[in-house]
Amino acid sequence: MAALIDKLEHAPARLICGRHDNRPDALLEILHEVQTAEGWLSDDALRTIADALNISRAEIHGVVSFYHDYKRRESAKHCIKLCRAEACQAVGAEALAAHAEKKWNAPTSGNGADNQIELEAVYCLGNCALGPSAMIDGELFGRVTPERLDALAEQSIEKAERG
Amino acid sequence: MVGGPIRIYVPCDAAAISVGADDVAASIRREANRRKIDLELIRNGSRGMLWLEPLVEVETGDGRIAYGPVADGDVASLFDADFLSGGDHALAHGMTEQIAYFARQERVTFARCGVIDPLCLADFEAHGGLLGLRKALAISPTEIVDVVVASGLRGRGGAGFPTGIKWKTALEQLSDEKYICCNADEGDSGTFADRMLMEGDSFSLLEGMVIAGRAVGAATGYIYLRSEYPHAIKTMRCAVDIWREAGLLGDDIERSGTSFDIHIRVGAGAYICGEESSMLESLEGKRGEVKVKPPIPAISGLFGKPTIVNNVLTLATTPFLLAKGAAHYNNFGVGGSRGTQPFQLAGDVARGGLVEKAFGVTLRELVEDFGGGTRSGKPIRAVQAGGPLGAYIPTRGFDVEMDYEALAKAGAMLGHGGVVVFNDTVDMAHQARFAMEFCEIESCGKCTPCRIGAVRGKETIDKIIAGENRAENLEVLDNLCDLMTNASLCAMGGLTPMPVQSAVKHFPEDFGG
Repeated sequence: MAALIDKLEHAPARLICGRHDNRPDALLEILHEVQTAEGWLSDDALRTIADALNISRAEIHGVVSFYHDYKRRESAKHCIKLCRAEACQAVGAEALAAHAEKKWNAPTSGNGADNQIELEAVYCLGNCALGPSAMIDGELFGRVTPERLDALAEQSIEKAERG
Repeated sequence: MVGGPIRIYVPCDAAAISVGADDVAASIRREANRRKIDLELIRNGSRGMLWLEPLVEVETGDGRIAYGPVADGDVASLFDADFLSGGDHALAHGMTEQIAYFARQERVTFARCGVIDPLCLADFEAHGGLLGLRKALAISPTEIVDVVVASGLRGRGGAGFPTGIKWKTALEQLSDEKYICCNADEGDSGTFADRMLMEGDSFSLLEGMVIAGRAVGAATGYIYLRSEYPHAIKTMRCAVDIWREAGLLGDDIERSGTSFDIHIRVGAGAYICGEESSMLESLEGKRGEVKVKPPIPAISGLFGKPTIVNNVLTLATTPFLLAKGAAHYNNFGVGGSRGTQPFQLAGDVARGGLVEKAFGVTLRELVEDFGGGTRSGKPIRAVQAGGPLGAYIPTRGFDVEMDYEALAKAGAMLGHGGVVVFNDTVDMAHQARFAMEFCEIESCGKCTPCRIGAVRGKETIDKIIAGENRAENLEVLDNLCDLMTNASLCAMGGLTPMPVQSAVKHFPEDFGG
């Protein structure tokens, strides 16, 4: 039994909860921080957070599944978020998304081959005068044509490989 | 400017960065070093002329001179053209504040945006910052509320509720704790004013929140900021630290007896959290599900305590009301729409950006005079005003005045002031379908008309597009829209029919009509 509990314990999540005084109202912040550190939210992390905050796993599941930001699958190496909302649609966001899905053989909200690239749809990056907009590994880009997207993604991959 | 190194401004606004402002700033520094020129490079907010970004400004004795859009590769030629003394160049636009787009605006809420370094307190004060707060600290809470009521300021988040009335309600509540919650969950497509303000004049929001805190007797404020805005999050976090350090947040601010602190909470990608009751649930660490009103938040809000929920622009405007007086603000605008509104021109528009104008400007002036038509050069077919829940307006409706009442009369709404331009390639049936799809994706699921209505709406539009029993399905869609409008708990389900029905009404040809 002890071994089982040890295995379920997720030390980084426990530490992050402690930094927020184990307050349930800080749940969103805690989930953000765990995801930033780990790349996603594992079962072990969620179990540990539930224990630390003294709320049920069902409640945590309810919150995690409600918000689009939280990921329950391991992330790919690079994340490309494409804005799919109206202002970007007006300047070709749909064609850009179709290009990206084909280019990286990745469905939106899914990982491409070898977990290299994942594509996500976002509804507005607040760059609506300079669309189509994309966020690549956290960096915002405007006026993104298919050619520019390819070049930017390549740059991001190279940057990561150089470390 | 007298003496000292030459001052250059390169925006740190996310939109400017998205088209290379960071690279341009680095190049200017590098080139200046290489040429052994001493210059001071300031990262300001954006002036809002986003088609000119990255817009580089040089300070001269007469004012700032604008160059843009500057690419990394233009930097050397700018130095060659002696832009540091305002030299002529293909990218030069003369004095920034004399560019027609800018000169024709009435900048109140955005008066400092793009002018100052958003994280320099001295710069903020030199441009009128803290005047409103100091005035507020010197008068009673009731007097502050009276000023806000008299100004006629209405909530800029979209609902347009009179701000002063909301504050008065919260002030009247007897409670050991009250909260000021800033709604910075600006999720509407076509809007970016909140982001621009937080990145370009961050302290004005803090100033407004402290004023609100003193006015209603709250000691704690939260800024609920969407995760899609990493630059704004970073700037606001720095701004709060600077204010705490300067004693403008914390206990007994400037020995006034008022204590107030602000915390920043980051959203997690749920559009619905821009709805106030959903935002409050989210701030409590829960699913962002909409709550039934009453009670209204001003009576029972965050953690069941009286809570003011105001949009970024609403709060950031209040220091101006205190500093310049209610009458000054009230003089702008028309009818029941007092003051100025920061409009945002987006989509396929030649000169996209932020236009702050008194209420009453027409949509045509915004789209044609300011916007200059489409960026693609194709004819305009429609505009969506007021975000994803706003109406599609055909070109023949462009003479509508942009104020709460006139737009409502035209079957549209102001929302958060977004104006998205579509060219003649747009398929309005597709846009109507997207409105339903967006509602399906973003509905909180609490009420049936929204949760199920959106799915059925999308399916019905699919049938119409496929040519299946068109007339009947259009009727089904219309009935469904009426049901969603009348029976949904909040604006998400209640207003999704607006883009759908306006598209069907104004563009029947796209629905096989």
